[in-house]
Amino acid sequence: MFRYYLKLGWLSIRSNPLLSLLMVAAIAVGIGASMTTITVNYTMSNNPIPQKSDQLFYVQLDNWDPNSDPEDGFEPPDQVTYTDAMALMNAGKAFRQVASNRSGLVLEPENPDERPFMVDTRNTWADFFPMFETPFLYGGGWDDNADKNLEQVVVLSREINEQVFGGEDSVGKSVRLNGMDFRVVGVLDEWLPMPKFYDVTNNPFDVPEEIFIPFNVAVEYELPRNGNTNCWKPSDGDGFEAFKASECVWIQFWAELRNESEKQEYMQFLNAYVEEQKTLGRFPRPLNNRLDDVMEWMEHEEIVEEDARVMMGLSLLFLVVCLLNTIGLLLAKFMRKTGDISVRRALGARKSDLFTQHMIEAGMIGLGGGVLGVGLTLLGLKGIEVLFGEFVENLVGMDWVMVMTAIGLAILSALLAGLYPTWQTVRIMPASQLKTQ
Amino acid sequence: MLRFENISMVYRTDSVETHALREFTLDVEEGEFVAVTGPSGSGKTTFLNIAGLLERFTGGRYLLDGKDVSSLSDAETSRVRNEKIGFVFQGFNLIPDLNIYDNVDVPLRYRGFNGAERKRRIESTLETVGLTSRMKHLPSQLSGGQQQRVAIARALAGNPRFLLADEPTGNLDSKMAMSIMELINSINMSGTTIIMVTHDDNLASMANRNVHIRDGRVSDSSANPQLAEVATA
Repeated sequence: MFRYYLKLGWLSIRSNPLLSLLMVAAIAVGIGASMTTITVNYTMSNNPIPQKSDQLFYVQLDNWDPNSDPEDGFEPPDQVTYTDAMALMNAGKAFRQVASNRSGLVLEPENPDERPFMVDTRNTWADFFPMFETPFLYGGGWDDNADKNLEQVVVLSREINEQVFGGEDSVGKSVRLNGMDFRVVGVLDEWLPMPKFYDVTNNPFDVPEEIFIPFNVAVEYELPRNGNTNCWKPSDGDGFEAFKASECVWIQFWAELRNESEKQEYMQFLNAYVEEQKTLGRFPRPLNNRLDDVMEWMEHEEIVEEDARVMMGLSLLFLVVCLLNTIGLLLAKFMRKTGDISVRRALGARKSDLFTQHMIEAGMIGLGGGVLGVGLTLLGLKGIEVLFGEFVENLVGMDWVMVMTAIGLAILSALLAGLYPTWQTVRIMPASQLKTQ
Repeated sequence: MLRFENISMVYRTDSVETHALREFTLDVEEGEFVAVTGPSGSGKTTFLNIAGLLERFTGGRYLLDGKDVSSLSDAETSRVRNEKIGFVFQGFNLIPDLNIYDNVDVPLRYRGFNGAERKRRIESTLETVGLTSRMKHLPSQLSGGQQQRVAIARALAGNPRFLLADEPTGNLDSKMAMSIMELINSINMSGTTIIMVTHDDNLASMANRNVHIRDGRVSDSSANPQLAEVATA
């Protein structure tokens, strides 16, 4: 009977194309508006590394100002100092650990005819690549010795490798950054963690950096920093050495802890470290170290912005308004079919048969609305991109999950909208209609 | 086979009660052709609707094949209608979006027949009414007489025991009306019980029995005198 009902639904839709089109349009507009905001929220709240997000922990140490406004809840700063980052790295208490920060350097192409250009870089450690499971197209990451020995090595993104080396295997070749030569040890494949969880202090919806270089090399040669730096008191002196020794936070620190036991041990280690630092006059506030896994950290940093949530709520309300319109239109459509329905009742159709038939018709209208709604969603996302520019470039794509969600939501919406009109329709007393036909 | 015992039907609004049928009692035997006549508003159509289980009555008892059908569920009533009763209406009541073949197919779908069985029955009944060549036509492409033939084919496709006809020739000219009546007669001759509501005495005279309704009651029920004369001669 399902195929029969599909046929009847199609005939009914075709018999009144204008009314059907209005219903499809009403659902499509509602779906387009709501799915645009749902997609943005979905991308914002996406788990960027689901296979191990519960084993990666962002470290916060509370070295902050004891006289800061209590209304901030004495939240520890969202980055760590150079002193603490190096202490934690050197201790090596976690299964893997990474201190990193963002930077920007000038890349000088080999060909003298090509002009130098700026590249986004990340200063990091060997563990970065296995810890965040970065995919490699060629070669791999550097090893611990490279970190220790200040080797001038780099890992390139696929995009920059295409730009500089035409996409060829560039492992072993050299790139010149800020006047220093670096040997390529690896080229990443496509890698777009969204949000860019490993550093949300800069734009969390940005693409990963183009070049990765050893943190120690960047510090040794005082390569410029490009990320956020926050200080609660001035450095004791001028110059980079004084900055390194200051209470300024500018480094993101991640630890890979494979189970609860490792997490507890690491927290004990952090607490012991801070207690020790307190004896040296640092960490004036009460002990308040934090270990948040990836999703906890995303939540803590409010990656899904409040505005986006409000917009999603409003767009869902708009969908409800569209559905109310659809209910009215469906009621008008179905009420015009009372003669048809009465005849079917006389010929042996049960109320449940007619209910199913009309719900399938409503579902088909929903399907049409869903398909058109996906188109409108893509248009809406494009509009957001045009409006807000590159900041949201990576937020405004629809994957298959969202496409299917849009269509599913449209069908569900149409079925909900169809409930009342269908119920009213099948309640008609057939006798009253058959004589007046 | 059809027994109506003291059936009453009252339509109520906030302030008015209308008695469509009062203590309506009638038996219809297997294979009969009963013509129901009476003035407008006498209750003819209400009786036919109750007989076809399209309306629930407010009092009395209705036995169909010896079974009390007054308290059947919607699904049971629908099944009885589908399997035992065929309807022919004055306005034909064909579904305009469906072609002739699909119109006749409607009751068979609800019966649950497979495709081959449905095809066999549709072709057979359309042949009976002489419309095999019009299977793919829409109702709007047929004359009134042809549409009524399709309606009869649809009523017969499920091989019902009873055919209920409400003014089946009311929208047709006299020539077409006679053609339809001949078809109905032949259906009755093949064993189908027919109850036909009409206001036309000439058509009523073609039935075995005439039942006259007045003010919601059976005022007269007698064998057709013409047929009785023929039988006597």
